[in-house]
This record gives sequence, structure tokens and C-alpha cells, in this order.
Amino acid sequence: MIALANDINVAQQVGFGIIALVMIVAAIRVVTSNNVFHAALWLVLVMSGAAAQYLLLAAEFVAVTQVLVYIGAVMVLFLFGAMLTRASIGGEAGLNNKGYLVGIPVALLLAGTLGYALIDTFRDERLPQSFETGNLADPAGTQAITSVSDSIFGDYLLPFWALSFVLLAAVIGAIVLARKD
Amino acid sequence: MLINEFLLLGAALFCIGVYGVIARKNAVLVLMSIELILNSVNINLLAFSLKHGDVAGQTFALYIIAVAAAEVGVGLGLVLLIYRNRRSIALDELSQMKG
Repeated sequence: MIALANDINVAQQVGFGIIALVMIVAAIRVVTSNNVFHAALWLVLVMSGAAAQYLLLAAEFVAVTQVLVYIGAVMVLFLFGAMLTRASIGGEAGLNNKGYLVGIPVALLLAGTLGYALIDTFRDERLPQSFETGNLADPAGTQAITSVSDSIFGDYLLPFWALSFVLLAAVIGAIVLARKD
Repeated sequence: MLINEFLLLGAALFCIGVYGVIARKNAVLVLMSIELILNSVNINLLAFSLKHGDVAGQTFALYIIAVAAAEVGVGLGLVLLIYRNRRSIALDELSQMKG
């Protein structure tokens, strides 16, 4: 591991930078692409990049869940949705609103405000080094997964129950909506 | 690593998602933009989870992933229903509820 005197890990920085760049480019393609299928596939790239960032943030379990649920399940749903609503395979016009250019100043203003507030608040605060490896063989990592499950089934058990009902309601609701009478 | 790197990445993804929600007319694409927004929120939660050494952030991120899956299921069910009734999922044509 290459580490500078002020213990900034160069390898992690480079990895973060590359993944972040890919994510932002892919996200922009998601909202500008003229083809629903291409947008869905660019979204897969954003999701994968997010999973990699979760690993850098020492959240292995969330990263694996992200791959399983988002890339595995949600993307299949999106592709089904795009196909069932006949989106033609070759690009098509009319995916954007008439006044879609209004979105650009809104997004830029929001980005400026958020960026200023974040930089002004956190300046150069560092994340702790200890949990920083996304290494599954690391004992600290397994400890973290254990404490995540303790947290889900301990402190946050009630939201977990509520979540179960939300999922049940979503399943029943989707069946009721999609059923042909 | 600086916490700001992750927070700024989350902010950028959030703004791109907001642009998508405003600009897109196709309902499926609007749902995709919402997924971008939810992912940026998860990055923020996990960054703060690591910063404070508290796994509650990871728990919330998992809950958000589950709620997002439910949201996409119901959302696409609605979109399919609208498509079946109107042969179109352009959001600006859905004006029956206008007062």
C-alpha cells in the first residue's frame, strides 16, 4: 500500500476518482440518452459504481445487496417495463418534455448550493482509516457485518417489520394493478 | 479519504437525477432518475456511517434498497396499467385529474 506522509491512500484515491468519473458520465447518459434500453444499461454502470463505492466505504454487505437487488432484480424490472411499453429498440424521439431545458439551470443551481454547503461544512475532514479496507477477510469487516445484523434485528426491528408490510403491500398491489379483469 | 469526496459525488448524482425527473417525459425514464437519487442518498448514508463508526447508516441503506425495490415494482405496475389504458406513457398527457 502506498501511503503519503499525511496517510492519504493513493491507490484508494485513484480508484475512487476513476469510479466516480465513470459513475457521473454514466448518470448523465442515463438522463440524456435517446433510447430507453441504453439508459437502462447505463444505469447498470451507475449501480455497479455505487456498489464499488460502498466497498470503499467498508460496507461489504450493502455492496452485495446492491448488486443482488439493483443490478439483479430492479434492472430486470426496468427492462421488462421498457419492453412491455413498446419502447422501440432503435432510439426514438419524444422522450423529453417540451421545456426540458428548464431542468439544466435547476440542476446547476442545486449542485452549486449543495457543493458550497458541503465544502463549507466539512472542508478537509477525513474518514477514519480503520474500516477503510473493503477486505472481506478482514476481521473488522466480519465484525461490521455482525453488528449490522444486530442493528437490524435489535435497535431497528420495528422499521424492519414495517418494511416487511411495505413489501407485502407492494407485491399485492403490483398483482392487483397488473391483473387483467 | 476525505468525507467530502463521497458527499460531493452523492450531490452530483442527486442533481443529475433531479434533472432527469424534470426533463424526462417517458415514465420509465423518470423512475430510473428516481433510482439515481436513491443511490446518491445511500452513498451519503454510508459515508456518514463510516465517519461516525455507527452501523445504523448501513441499516438505513439496506432499508432504502428494500423500499426502492418495492417502489419500482408498484411504479412499473402503474406504468403498465396506464399504458394498457392509453397506449402511451407520456407523463404530460395524463391530465384527466386537472381541476
